[in-house]
Amino acid sequence: MSESSNLTDIARRNFLAKAGAASGAAAIAPGVFLSTPASARPADQPVSGEKRWGILVDTNKCASGCNDCVTACEKENGWGSSEPESSEAQKAQWIRTVEIRNKATGYAKTLPMMCQHCETPPCVDVCPTGASFRRADGIVLVDKHICIGCRYCMMACPYKARSFIHEDLHDQKPWAPRGKGTVESCTMCVQRVDAGDIPACVEACSKGDHNALIFGDLYDENSGISKALKSQDSVEIRADLGLNTGVRYRGI
Amino acid sequence: MSHCSPASRLFALLLSLLLLLPLAATADSDEEGETEALPFSELSFPEPARHFSAEQKCVAPVEEMRRNHMKYILHQRDETVHEGIRTRQYSLEECVNCHAVKNDEGEYTPVNAPGQFCYSCHSYAAVHIDCFQCHATRPERASKLPALSSVDENHPNDGLRSDINALLASEGSAQ
Repeated sequence: MSESSNLTDIARRNFLAKAGAASGAAAIAPGVFLSTPASARPADQPVSGEKRWGILVDTNKCASGCNDCVTACEKENGWGSSEPESSEAQKAQWIRTVEIRNKATGYAKTLPMMCQHCETPPCVDVCPTGASFRRADGIVLVDKHICIGCRYCMMACPYKARSFIHEDLHDQKPWAPRGKGTVESCTMCVQRVDAGDIPACVEACSKGDHNALIFGDLYDENSGISKALKSQDSVEIRADLGLNTGVRYRGI
Repeated sequence: MSHCSPASRLFALLLSLLLLLPLAATADSDEEGETEALPFSELSFPEPARHFSAEQKCVAPVEEMRRNHMKYILHQRDETVHEGIRTRQYSLEECVNCHAVKNDEGEYTPVNAPGQFCYSCHSYAAVHIDCFQCHATRPERASKLPALSSVDENHPNDGLRSDINALLASEGSAQ
């Protein structure tokens, strides 16, 4: 069998698989789809590559001076006030607000910046121990059990998303272990996502009635985030690096 | 040696006495009281206020847990971090939920503090615990173990028992 017919076979198989999935999803009623937003996977089942979690940030809705997502993240994951001995530059920062300004016009905008959960993460490429890894569902994490604190990943990350812990910590959250000598970053609230919930920043943003953050499955055509991405333009930050980030932005 | 001065002889004598002194001291203490290692059965640590099931105190038979708890935790840790498997039976958080007890002020004592559950055995066996450099040492949310039962009615720690009853009740109403 020639190579081209092989490719055709694969393309046909993919088409059939997608058609089957679509007809299954549409079975309820015309125009009504059974979509499961952040469906709760059974606790004993591993994550699969059938989903890819992502966040869409609409910076047009991001109020200047608003810090709701950052404080929600601090509260959920227990960083922020946990390192009294460290300098401001050393302190952990899983998510931060960044103000960008057009020098020519003076037009300014605020946006949240955190781990972008790349499909091809540079932090994973450089990690010498395999501690930095990308979970099957697209969430980029640090396995602190095998992190040796070399900080290569911090240097490799184009988004300055990772932090190193310089001192002994106490009273960590049971669902977000953190400790001295390891690197950490946004986990997309993996403990909440695994329980079928949404990340704390997204929840806080919608509670504050800003709705600038949409969380969902990028592979599910019927998820809110996929529809939003399809209907309007969005960009990756540093798209030139070709990292295919899971976090995308609108209005910048 | 004939050319040795009396002063240097005296110095040599003193030096040899000094070197023998520790040996003598050790011999003395050996004679006074022969100390034996504290038997494991005499270790005391806080009993958890609840049991995993009516038949079983812990999540596995106690003898099994004593010998192999670290293997269960190690296995669970890799599954949880890399695959997102969050079953509760061998979760370290649930270890802490059961084995941390409250002090007189009604606050949880860290499970790795002196005299507490983890510390007692680990100091006896002289094995350093690394878990709690990163992991929480006090319970923070209600247990999600489904089969918690048989709260020991005679348990001295009434505060913990009532607290856990409240947690279980609120869990029940939430579900």
